[in-house]
Parts: sequence; C-alpha cells; structure tokens
Amino acid sequence: MATVERKTGGGIGEAVLRKEDRKFVTGEGRYVDDLRLPGMLHAVFVRSPFGHARITGIDTAAAEALPGVHRVLTHATLPAETGVLCASNPPGSDVRQPEQPLLARDEVRYVGEPVAIVIADDRYLARDGADLVHVDYDPLPVVCDAEAALADGAPLVHSEYPDNAAATLFHETDGFAEALAGAARTVELRVVNQRVTPMPMETRGCIGDWQQSTGEVTLHTSTQVAHFVRTFISFVCGTSEAKVRVVTPDVGGGFGAKLNTYREEFAVCSASRVLGVPVKWIEDRSENAVATIHGRDQIQYYTAGVDESGRIVALKLEAFQNNGAYHQLLTPTISHLTVFMVPGCYDIQNISIRMRQAFTNTTPTDAYRGAGRPEATHGIERLMDAIADDLGLDPAEVRRVNFIKPEQFPYSSSTGLVYDSGDYDTTLDEALRLADYAGFAARRAASEANGRYRGIGLSTYVEVCGLAPSAVTAAIGVGAPGWEHSTVRLHPTGKATVITGTSPHGQGHATSWSQIVQTELGVPFEDVEVIHGDTAFQPYGLGTYGSRSLAVGGVALYRSLGKVREKAREIAANLLECSVDDLEWTGSSWQVKGSPDRAKTIQELAGAAWAASSMPEGVEPVLEATTFHDPPNFTFPFGTHVCEVEIDPDTGRVEIVNYTAVDDCGNVINPMIVDGQVHGGIIQGLGQALYEETVYGEDGQMLTPTLVEYLVPSAADVPPMTLARTTTPSPSNPMGVKGIGEAGTIAASAAIVNAAVDALSGLGVRHLEMPMQPARIWNVIQEATS
Amino acid sequence: MGQTITVTVNGTAHTAEVDPRTLLVHFLREQLTLTGTHIGCDTSTCGCCTVHLDGEPVLSCSVLAVQADGCAVRTVEGLAEGGELHPIQQAFHENHGLQCGFCTPGMMMTGLGVIEQNPNAADEEIREALEGNLCRCTGYQNIVAAVRSAADQMARS
Repeated sequence: MATVERKTGGGIGEAVLRKEDRKFVTGEGRYVDDLRLPGMLHAVFVRSPFGHARITGIDTAAAEALPGVHRVLTHATLPAETGVLCASNPPGSDVRQPEQPLLARDEVRYVGEPVAIVIADDRYLARDGADLVHVDYDPLPVVCDAEAALADGAPLVHSEYPDNAAATLFHETDGFAEALAGAARTVELRVVNQRVTPMPMETRGCIGDWQQSTGEVTLHTSTQVAHFVRTFISFVCGTSEAKVRVVTPDVGGGFGAKLNTYREEFAVCSASRVLGVPVKWIEDRSENAVATIHGRDQIQYYTAGVDESGRIVALKLEAFQNNGAYHQLLTPTISHLTVFMVPGCYDIQNISIRMRQAFTNTTPTDAYRGAGRPEATHGIERLMDAIADDLGLDPAEVRRVNFIKPEQFPYSSSTGLVYDSGDYDTTLDEALRLADYAGFAARRAASEANGRYRGIGLSTYVEVCGLAPSAVTAAIGVGAPGWEHSTVRLHPTGKATVITGTSPHGQGHATSWSQIVQTELGVPFEDVEVIHGDTAFQPYGLGTYGSRSLAVGGVALYRSLGKVREKAREIAANLLECSVDDLEWTGSSWQVKGSPDRAKTIQELAGAAWAASSMPEGVEPVLEATTFHDPPNFTFPFGTHVCEVEIDPDTGRVEIVNYTAVDDCGNVINPMIVDGQVHGGIIQGLGQALYEETVYGEDGQMLTPTLVEYLVPSAADVPPMTLARTTTPSPSNPMGVKGIGEAGTIAASAAIVNAAVDALSGLGVRHLEMPMQPARIWNVIQEATS
Repeated sequence: MGQTITVTVNGTAHTAEVDPRTLLVHFLREQLTLTGTHIGCDTSTCGCCTVHLDGEPVLSCSVLAVQADGCAVRTVEGLAEGGELHPIQQAFHENHGLQCGFCTPGMMMTGLGVIEQNPNAADEEIREALEGNLCRCTGYQNIVAAVRSAADQMARS
C-alpha cells in the first residue's frame, strides 16, 4: 500500500496522528490502579484451588486478627440481592442459567472461583490476610472438556440439573438431508478451536465507593461497557440505577475480556457498603488467568457435500461449545454468532448446524476478539482447503466457485442474515497478486533445496459487525439493545464536545470522532473534545465491542452533526435575513448561495445560538443535538489473507515468511488507525495459531496460569505484514462504514494453519490443530516420516 | 520494620521509609505516586514495569525498593523535558506505536535502552531486544518502526 502522509489534524479519510497519545507517552494516563480515593482500602479475593469441591467450612478468625486487616467477607456476610446475571437466552435452546453467587456459597465449580474477600490497609496486608483464611473443601469429580461433559455418566457440574447441557442451538434448512444425500462426494473434517485467554496488558480492576448518607455508589472500573455494569449493579446490589455511577478511566486493552459484568465489580461495591470506605481491587495476572473470561473452546465436526468442481451443495456442522462453569454476560450468545457465520463468504443454501453448549469445571467462556466468528471462519476456511485437497484443486479456485457473487447482494444467507455488500473475488485477486501466489512454486522449491518445508495458505473471510439492530438482539435472546448514543454540544466559543456511548480502550475514538466532526461540521479537529465511559455524562451507551463503534456509534455522531448543522442553518437564515433554501453549506459555514460575503461560520452560529437574542420562531437556544442510532442491519466486512510459512524439520518451528492482508471495511475514517487494528488483530490470530492455549489438567487444575506458560507473541515472533484495502461501502449506514476491530483475528488463524498444512502436505499431513507449537509440529513430522 | 532509603528518581532525591519487602514498582507508584510505570504481570514476563536503574533497563517488579537505595531511577515521567517530548515519545506518537497505552511506558524505556546501547541496531536486533515487553494491541510493527525512528532521530541530534 502506498504510504499515507500522517498529519497532526484533519478530516475523514486522513491519517491523523492520535490526540490521545500524549498522556500515554508521558505517563499521565489514568488507569484504574492509578486512582486513589480518600480512606480507600484494598481487597484480595480468596479463590478456590479446586476445580470442583464442596465447601464444608470457612475460618476467617486468623485473617481478621491480623493487624491491618479490616474485614473478611464471605457469602454469608457480603450483601447481594442476586448473583451475577447472564443477559443471553437464545430462544429454543433450552438454556440453563445456574446461579452464580458473588462469593461461593457451598460449592466451587472451577479453579479461581471466589470464596472470600479480604479487605486491608494495603495489598500486601490483604494478601497476607488471604493466606490466613482457612477453607475446608471436599473435592468432587471434575470434567473440563465439552464433549466429555455431554457424555453419559459425566460428573455433574451443577447437581441441580440431570446433565451438563447448557444450551443447544439447532438450525437446518428445508431439504438439507436430500441435498447432502445427493452430493457427488462428501468431505469430513474435525476442527478444534482451542481455549485461549484474552490477556489485555492491563488486568481487570475496580474501586467501589458507596456513600452511606445518600446511598449513591460510584464504581471506577476497567470496562468496555460502563452502562451495562451500572444497570447490573442496581440489580445485584439492590439499589436504584439512578444512584449508581460507573466511571471508566483509561482502559489498558479489553478484547472482550472487559465486555462483561463480573463478581468482583459487584463485590467491591457491596464491600464498600459494609465498610463505609472505598474498596479497591486490582487483579493479578495469574488471577486474571482464572478469574476473567476465556475465549473459544469449540470442537467442530464438519461434513460437506460437494460437487466435482468443489462447490458445496450441503454443509453440516455438529459442534460442542465449552461454556465453562457458569454463564457470564453473553456466554450462550457467543457460539450463536458462530452458527450465524458458518457459511462464511460462500453461497451455501443447504445447511444443518447443531451447537451443543456444555457446562464444565472451567472458567466461563465469553466474548474474545471476534467472539464466535473466528471459530466459524477457521472451520470453514480449513474445510475449503480440505475440499481442495480431496478433489486435487487449487484452494483459491474452490473458494471462487463457492463465493457469493457481487450481483447477489444484498444476500440472504441460509443462517438468516442479510449480507449488506461485498466483492470477494476482488480482494482475493488483489491478495494473490500482492503475495505473488503465482510464484509460490519456485519459492517452495528453493526452500526444499534448503531442507525446509514451505507452504502457502488462504483465508477468505466475512464477518458480521456493527452489533446490532435492536430487533435482532431481542430475536436472538440478548437482553440488551444494539443502538448507540451520541450528543454533540457546541460551546459559546465554537468549540465542540462530543459525548459518545462507545467506550474506547485503544481504538482512538477521540481522534476519529474529531475527524468526523471536522468534516461534517467544520469545527477544527483540535477544537473537539470527546467524552466517553462515564454514566454521569451520558443518557446510555452500549459500549465498544463487536466492531460496532464506528458503524453504530460513529453513525450516531454523524447524525447528531447533521442535526446541529440543520439547526445552525435556521439560525443563519434568520441572521442573514433569507430563507433556509437560499443557503449553501461550505464545509464550515452557511452562506447565501453565490455570495461568500454573506455567510455565518459554525462558530458564529454557535455563539448566536447561545446568546439566543435573535432566534428564529420556535427554535430553542444552543447548538446541541442528541441521537440514538439503531442500525437497520449489521455490516459485513470481508477480505483475503495470505500467509506463507517455512517449517524447520529439525525444530518443528513454523516461521511466517510473508503475510499479506487485503481487507475491505467500507469507507475509512483514519487509515493509520485501521492499519493498526489490522496489525494487532492479525497478531492475536497468530497467537492462537502458533502459541496460545489455555490448558486444564484432568484434575481441573489450570496449567497455564501465568505468561510463562501462556505464550503471547512478542516483537521477535511476528512477521512484517503487507496490508492493502479495497473499498466496498456499506449500504447499512449513511457513512458507508463497516468496522475493522476484529477482522485480523478472524482471518489470521486459518491462513496460518492452511499454510502449515500445505507445507507438510507432501508428507501426507492433511490437518493440524492449534496452537502449532514446535513440539507438536516436530512430532507430526516425525510420525509422517518414520 | 521500616528501612530508610534514598533513591534519586528523575533527578530528584527521595528519602523514604519502606517495608523491606516493598517492590521498587510499588515504591514508585504508591509512595512517590509516579503511576506512569505499570504492572502487567506477576512473573517478570510482560515488561510493563521497565524503568532505568543507574542507566540500565530493569523490571521494577523484580527489584526491591531497598536494592535501589543510593541508585538513580529514570521513569517515563522523566523522559520529556520542559514540555518537549523525548524523541522516543515523539516517535511512538508519530508511528502510531501505541493503542491502549498500557505497555507503552515500559516499551519506551526498553526501546530507549536498546538505542543507548546500540544506536545502529537493525530491526531484527530491535525485535529481539523488545522480546521481554508484551503488547497486545499493536502487533509490534509500529513499535519497531517507532524505536527505529527514535534511534535515527537521536543519532541526528
């Protein structure tokens, strides 16, 4: 891609440097652990060391006797109206919603489940106190694998249910069985999408501050969804939502881990209520490994009926999703998103999907970057290569044969979505050209001459973004809408404040939103301030997740700017003594058509609207507008990623030698930020493909509790990437934008695994599971060559 | 039980009483309220807490405050001078080398250490040197570019 000139300010489409950066590079960022409130105490949680056990006694006396420890609270003494609530009830799934108390009552069901909370003068003393809390456990049998959990005779995670079924999703099109039976051939593939941990560099943390005199509670928390947290605090802690304020300080990454409402957030509020002072809890990294949601953990069995050209005439998926021990905010919905995206970017009319969700003795799973969609993409993209292999066809050609064609949009998928726009052949063509797909054979030969295996792999993806039309969230059983809020306020001096319901944690909304304001309202980039993540300033915001911020929140902003501009027009017409129809918008002022000397700038109009001395009949003072934008449809970004690997037969190391990504996210506000999202997304996909796996032992112990065992990619592990874009505007919104936050992660793992399978295909290797750590690959090579 | 130490942080000498088990990072953050240095793990793996101790990058989660007695510490707060960003800070900004910003102070302190030890480090050497600093947002491409750019800028000035 041609280098885009970076600038210090600008409008839509320009690579504007971020206005957020200065506080972060100077150390002035304010993350939750940087906050101190007067009289604040510190909390440490006592957590279960067992995957499943009955609690027969808790002795807090020694801990409470320790100087500096103020209180130890357990289920019996921590006030709560209810446990953690799940907002996801997919219709027809027979979903079960087990109680998840803030602190375990009589049973623990996964390692890390909180049992008690120790509150002390500082974290060192709280930890000392936690070591002195004595809990008696009677261990119970455990099951950690979703398939095993659903087998007859499996240990029960929740003894109140007859089995471990958490929910079952089933979708089948009419005539499916006949279509599959009539297929010329069938191709079968089992794919494991392993459990991973989101691992934002800032762990979770929060400070609860319950004011005794008024009953008002303020929670400072590292979250993506401040308003959800507020609503749920009112339920769980039993107080008025109007008395709850949730403040989001700077957030050090989320990736879905902070798209949730957690026991600790409620517990510090209740603990503050009991103690009468603010209570702070900061998660340790090894605590994060068990206390914060995990992602993925889905086992898939595909059966594809295909014709001789590789076209899929019927597709069946039997899948098992590991939900963990309880349902967090959206747990049952995540694999529902997988169900929606099973066909990927292919025109597959006959489909049958059964998603069996299971309870296990593990940390709950929930949204992790991509949230159900990487599972779908990885599966279908592995399947495409398996079909190509079975028929002896080029994987690129098998994809082309199956692509939804540009003239088919808007396209109604067999899983019930309407894809808004797409041009899949063009991104594939461009990616193959940039990756020199045609020249691969020569590069493979050169690698083989050096004793190394070389392979190339494709991933052509489409994702569903812009979550979500509220009617759809209701229809799929999500107990929250999908609209987004914005307010634009012009001050008497012509400066602008934007209040957005989105909740950025690295995505650069202050910059992108300021660019939109400059272009749409003519207020310079540097004159715009963006407020987010504080429920005291916002009517309601749904937050940042699901690549929704721009496609829903950005569009809400765009519409508010339009309202302000039109109101300014009425005021301008009054001041200029003309009709509104006589005025034209110059980009920063309203002027009488053809008369540049008769004009009012937006700043002048902001001042006039505030002064309100010469307002048109019926027009209220002040230039301010609010929008609650509910999108009519999702958006569907897409693209092609091409990965080329070399594998060292002596070590089994998979080295990525080329990585090319051609993405289409519709119109772009800031290409620098989009590229940054793609870079980061790809490397998270790479992490899952090559290194990352959250592992439980058969006894339910967490075997990857720190960054020593759980391998996150470092700078030394990542390849240079070639990025490019095509632009297919979305018709789902007036800006033509789609979203890019998850694309890289959704696309990458399949491209990398396909490349590695291709590299070893000469040895007869047909499939590889993730993570492709050197030992696994070395063993595969040994088995294949011995 | 307290022990009195004197540590010069960003050019200012601080004498304070600390519990001997206090980590340097907690001393900086809690006692001196220099919260720009972050904590990202508990196994000395993530690099978020990197500061310079007598000119060398160290993990301040792996140093006791009492071990820093008599030493000079430089943190992210000590990079900019007179309101002017240090070249490493400017380079992270100009190269979009940060997103959420949490790893950034440690990443810059390690990057600066690389430059000071080897101003002509190749990209491959920069990548190897940054291996102990994890970033979950950027995919590192722009971080490596930022360190490279800062090295070039510092060589010119």
